[in-house]
Amino acid sequence: MSLLSFFVRRSSAPVARERLQILLAHERTVNGKSDLAAVLQEEILAVIARHMAIDRDKVQVKLDRGPAVSTLEIDIEMPAEPALLAAARA
Amino acid sequence: MARVIVVTSGKGGVGKTTSTAALGAALAQAGQNVVVVDFDVGLRNLDLVMGAERRVVFDLINVVHGDAKLPQALIRDKRVETLHLLPASQTRDKDALRPEGVARVIGELRDRFDWVICDSPAGIERGATLAMYHADAAVVVTNPEVSSVRDSDRIIGLLDAKTQRAERGETIEKHLLLTRYDPVRAARGEMLKTEDVLEILSIPLLGIIPDSQEVLRASNLGIPVTLANASSSPARAYFEAAKRLKGETLPVTVPVERNASFIGRLFGRRAVA
Repeated sequence: MSLLSFFVRRSSAPVARERLQILLAHERTVNGKSDLAAVLQEEILAVIARHMAIDRDKVQVKLDRGPAVSTLEIDIEMPAEPALLAAARA
Repeated sequence: MARVIVVTSGKGGVGKTTSTAALGAALAQAGQNVVVVDFDVGLRNLDLVMGAERRVVFDLINVVHGDAKLPQALIRDKRVETLHLLPASQTRDKDALRPEGVARVIGELRDRFDWVICDSPAGIERGATLAMYHADAAVVVTNPEVSSVRDSDRIIGLLDAKTQRAERGETIEKHLLLTRYDPVRAARGEMLKTEDVLEILSIPLLGIIPDSQEVLRASNLGIPVTLANASSSPARAYFEAAKRLKGETLPVTVPVERNASFIGRLFGRRAVA
């Protein structure tokens, strides 16, 4: 630990308090209901599958919950051109 | 060859989750490929102690039920890239853990990682027995306190009877991790000594983790203590315990705080902790 961080070492309790507030605000709305992220993923994939063949193993979903904004990142690997065309013709 | 470790205790609140995070991080910091798995379905906390609670999308139950693939549920640590978390579900209960699904997931984890460290829920019910079932070795977390020692004894009995290795007639390695240890109070005779606990439980000692405010500080910040303050006494104790898990032999010591702050000493912070 550097000398500077020794002097400016912030207390950790406020960090704990903030983390819990964000987490619990989310959990209280979700408990008992199906998980929004999972529902969104299913519906988004269904829409894309209508237009191209996608491999379910090549889908990555990332979530980051923030105090004001949460981001849901869905990374779908698109198939190479022939597969795309085949799906479009079908 | 992957090793599956269960961190268990019977009693709650003795430091299973803290120890899972710290041992997992210590092994990963040494370059090992590690996953920590939360088996406490319905009351997950390993995500919070690891600081990943905002990034959970899928969990162990989703993977067990085939609703998500394993790579989708694994969360890679942002600080140590060989450290991963498989979180538990917060909305389901332990009945959702199907034994055959758990067996498949543990098998997949064995293929991907050097170490699979399972954080057991408290108690001796389904969640705890499933967490230990596939283990090659167990870390029995114990506080130097009568009820904790008694519950650890019960868990040791279950490890010798209810695990896959036990059912096959093989032995399961068991290691004692003594946590919340205060050497000063033990010396004064106010707390069970290490030798007392070892004599009663008669399993080898993996490490002694001194009682320290650094543990609470690390969990407040959501950082395993070996990452939050690597030179602190509990972090050094966990680093040594991780080396012993890897098979190194080194004498067990109780690390002491090297640089207790001047102000801390002035006001005797340890006395009020």
